[in-house]
Amino acid sequence: MTTRTASDEFLKGLWKENPVFVQVLGMCPVLAVSNTAMNALAMGLATAFVLVMSNAVVSSLRHFIPKQVRIATYILVIATFVTVVDYAIQAISLELYRALGAFISLIVVNCLILGRAEAFASKNTVGRSVMDGLGMGVGFVFALLFLGGVREILGMGSLFGVRLFPDSFQEWVVMILPSGGFFSLAGWLVLFNWLEKRKADKAERARVSGLRGEVA
Amino acid sequence: MYRAMVGVGVACGLLIVTVFQGTLPIIQRNKAEALQKAIFRVLPKATTSAAFGFDPTRGFVSDPGDSLGMRRVYAGYDDTGALVGVALEAQGMGYQDVIGIIYGYSFEEHAIIGMEVLESKETPGLGDKIETDPDFVANFNRLDVSLADDGTGLAHPIVAVARGTKTEPWQVDSITGATISSEAIAAILNGSAQTWVPRIEGHLDDLKRGNDNR
Repeated sequence: MTTRTASDEFLKGLWKENPVFVQVLGMCPVLAVSNTAMNALAMGLATAFVLVMSNAVVSSLRHFIPKQVRIATYILVIATFVTVVDYAIQAISLELYRALGAFISLIVVNCLILGRAEAFASKNTVGRSVMDGLGMGVGFVFALLFLGGVREILGMGSLFGVRLFPDSFQEWVVMILPSGGFFSLAGWLVLFNWLEKRKADKAERARVSGLRGEVA
Repeated sequence: MYRAMVGVGVACGLLIVTVFQGTLPIIQRNKAEALQKAIFRVLPKATTSAAFGFDPTRGFVSDPGDSLGMRRVYAGYDDTGALVGVALEAQGMGYQDVIGIIYGYSFEEHAIIGMEVLESKETPGLGDKIETDPDFVANFNRLDVSLADDGTGLAHPIVAVARGTKTEPWQVDSITGATISSEAIAAILNGSAQTWVPRIEGHLDDLKRGNDNR
């Protein structure tokens, strides 16, 4: 654990331990508000902000919070930052606030955030926890953007509201409905697992051929 | 243990209050702008609007301000200053939380000519279709709210009916899978129109005159 540098903590969230595609955490907002790229980006950024802030606070209070009440305290900290984000989004754009609806408040119970607080921030220094939060947050934003992008392109023929196809393009309405979220998530999971398996197979083959070489 | 929890609680509380106070003016301005736009959407012919409060003895009084605690209505006028309709806000319980709507009443047609949801936390993908479903929204292009003969209420209460069974102009065609949200909208409109349409019809002159005072 101690041999890992701060940049490792950041990078692991992007790919190797990506919160959505590898850890499969926080699926409720992932599936619900990834229907357009804009919603996905806003939701991802809001979650990432809460994640970084709560990781920082939980980590800096880790010697101060008694073990018996730690979960309650974490939830309190997380809920505070979610409320902050909630007001901030209302101030930035009411339209966006209405599009994201109840899912902003539901960031409180996103298991990704509580999971990082409990599994990482409560055991590591503030610096590492912030890097971990940033990495996981950016990984979450990417994952949501991948999903939201695919869904918006296929479901509405546009990306960030810009039309990509001529008018003759027949939209796949199912992609912006909840089932489209499952379809695109499944597609990305297949891709990630396939890449992971190919890497593992390659490593296995290299090991086996290495053993053969020794025998010969 | 208590010290830790109270300490964290107080710090969190302070942070929330600070952010709330800081963002409040911006949020209120955003809401006022959104309301203004919504008034013109539910009263398509209107180009200016004026706020009124209602007093049972005096009728409609121009721009009541916030202090009187009156419910506001918004009269819309066209370019020539003629009254084209009244926009009203209404609230009621939906499936998840309170739904806030605004609707436009046309005294010429005795009908609701537009409805828009201002605030709702209905189930995404089901209940939130009250805002997006084109068939449901089309209910409010012309929804009959004629007064009863005695002038104290509507001739026919606004009711929600199962999808595709709408036969009368005062019925609201529901959304399949969002019955409670559809019924909530009909109930909110009915509750508000039963009170306000008689008041508007009884004091139409106050509203027509309103624009000259400004």
